[in-house]
Amino acid sequence: MTYEELLTRQATADERFIVMTAENRALVRNIYAHLGNRFIDTGITEQTMIGAAAGLALRGRIPVVHALASFLTMRAFEFVRTDAGIPNLPVKLSSFIPGFLSDGNGPTHQAIEDIALMRGIPNMTVFAPADEDDLIKMLPDIWNYPAPSYVRINTQKSGYEHAPFELGKAEVIAEGTDVTILTYGLLFAQTLAAVEILKNEGLSVGLINMRSLKPVDEQAILEATSSKLLVTVEDHFLTGGLYSIVAETLLKHQTAAKVLPFALNEKWFKPSLLPNVLQHEGFTGKQIAEKILGYTTNAVQQTIAVPQFSE
Amino acid sequence: MTDKPTIDRQKLQQTALKVREHIVKMATDGGCFVGASLSAADLILYLYSEWLNIDNHNLDDPDRDYLFLSKGHDVPALYGTFVELGLMEKDRLKNHLSIDDHIYWHPNTKIPGIEFHSGSLGHLPSVAIGVAMDIKIRGGKNRVVCILGDGELNEGTCWEAMLVANAYKLDNLIFVVDRNQFQANMPTEELIPLEPLHDKFTAFGGAVKRIDGHDFDALHNAFSAYPFETGKVNVVIADTVRGKGLPSIERRADRWFCNFTAPEIESLLRELHGEHLSQLTSETLVVR
Repeated sequence: MTYEELLTRQATADERFIVMTAENRALVRNIYAHLGNRFIDTGITEQTMIGAAAGLALRGRIPVVHALASFLTMRAFEFVRTDAGIPNLPVKLSSFIPGFLSDGNGPTHQAIEDIALMRGIPNMTVFAPADEDDLIKMLPDIWNYPAPSYVRINTQKSGYEHAPFELGKAEVIAEGTDVTILTYGLLFAQTLAAVEILKNEGLSVGLINMRSLKPVDEQAILEATSSKLLVTVEDHFLTGGLYSIVAETLLKHQTAAKVLPFALNEKWFKPSLLPNVLQHEGFTGKQIAEKILGYTTNAVQQTIAVPQFSE
Repeated sequence: MTDKPTIDRQKLQQTALKVREHIVKMATDGGCFVGASLSAADLILYLYSEWLNIDNHNLDDPDRDYLFLSKGHDVPALYGTFVELGLMEKDRLKNHLSIDDHIYWHPNTKIPGIEFHSGSLGHLPSVAIGVAMDIKIRGGKNRVVCILGDGELNEGTCWEAMLVANAYKLDNLIFVVDRNQFQANMPTEELIPLEPLHDKFTAFGGAVKRIDGHDFDALHNAFSAYPFETGKVNVVIADTVRGKGLPSIERRADRWFCNFTAPEIESLLRELHGEHLSQLTSETLVVR
């Protein structure tokens, strides 16, 4: 099932749903035919779209809004915070091409502080699916949860079949005593590859798909500290994302751990097609594994697919 | 409306005087945005008294009309109106800035009758659009008023909202501009000129009426013509005077936010009744 099929099913079954976009139709190109006047395109107006979504929510609607991640979270930030966050209205943000998924667009389109910004808003919930299967499994719960939400839309296919979603719970893919990798979003596929390489090198490796970044699964983070090294992998600035969440969680519970972060440290990434970006920035499965190991291996990096969308 | 009911102009003027008394009484012990409240007082009172179907018993009725106070800092005029129309206990105004209540310089939805919080300018045009869109989708007849400050029109989102409201033909939406000629510290035309404002709103697709915002008959004539034009956003530019009713602060750039002393309040209350001009010594240019 695709994102648009799921949203169409949800919105046709439940009259409360309104699908909105600030002229970012990549994910909702065909939905107008099903929803008629419950599909609203406000044009290139992220701020007005969010304000109008708040107004619709005041009237009992559940607006699912679409825009490019950087404009949704930054241009419209104050509208999200003030008009959805303060009154705790169920405005559902679907952010398109977050993180590395903006591949060739350049720094204007790079939403790599979105997790930090959105989780800083009281009442806001934040989610980052590993792939399309994970996305489809989590959205029904998120859309029906009575709070504003931010979802990093990720329709990449990793081939992994995820466990059922539980809001606020991470998905433990594997447990290990040497290294545990914590990740979210499209880098999940690369961490799966890294785990294989690390296992072949004889390490006991755990992997956790965080899924729900706010509320976050503190227990999963704390249990991961039983391995010798924690590794955070994210397409986000080092500040405010998963590395920060792990640090906050450990500090809150007065626990220490050795943590190796993979993130963008005070820099935007070099724009190119996704496989080139991952290679250049050091986020392929092979690069992640070899940095953890501290030596190179003769493992073969899988081919990384170029995303099929662009806007 | 074809059968325009008459209004009791004299009674409205008397009530408006009481609303202004409430505003003045809130302008001490921390103060409030008294000038912008006094400019909006007549149009807010008119709307709640004569035009909107909003009362004590239908505040949660989805078929009620909506009023969104986008400029926000004129909320003392709204609270004064609420008291006079029985939507709020008079004694509650004494809680202005109390830590135990929710009455402060901008509106809060914990006060019954406040539809949405505001304070950050340029937000409620879009929120009002969402409500107006939903009413259209459901085929409702209720109307959505959004009161804007003129300085607020500096914010690009007001104009973005006009584009979207026009695109969706929201003729159940009425933008009312409290055109008191001042933004915080300056006359609007000296800082960011807005005129010709009628032409600007017309060019954005609005059906525009420009009236004297202190003249109840003019307000009544304008709003009785709703909807101004099928398929067009209604726009009322209400020409007003900042500080209206208190000649000692009217049209004064340095009397925006006012925190008067107790003797000044007594003097200003007499000034409202035309008794004299107040001698004001409290700090000017208080900026919050």
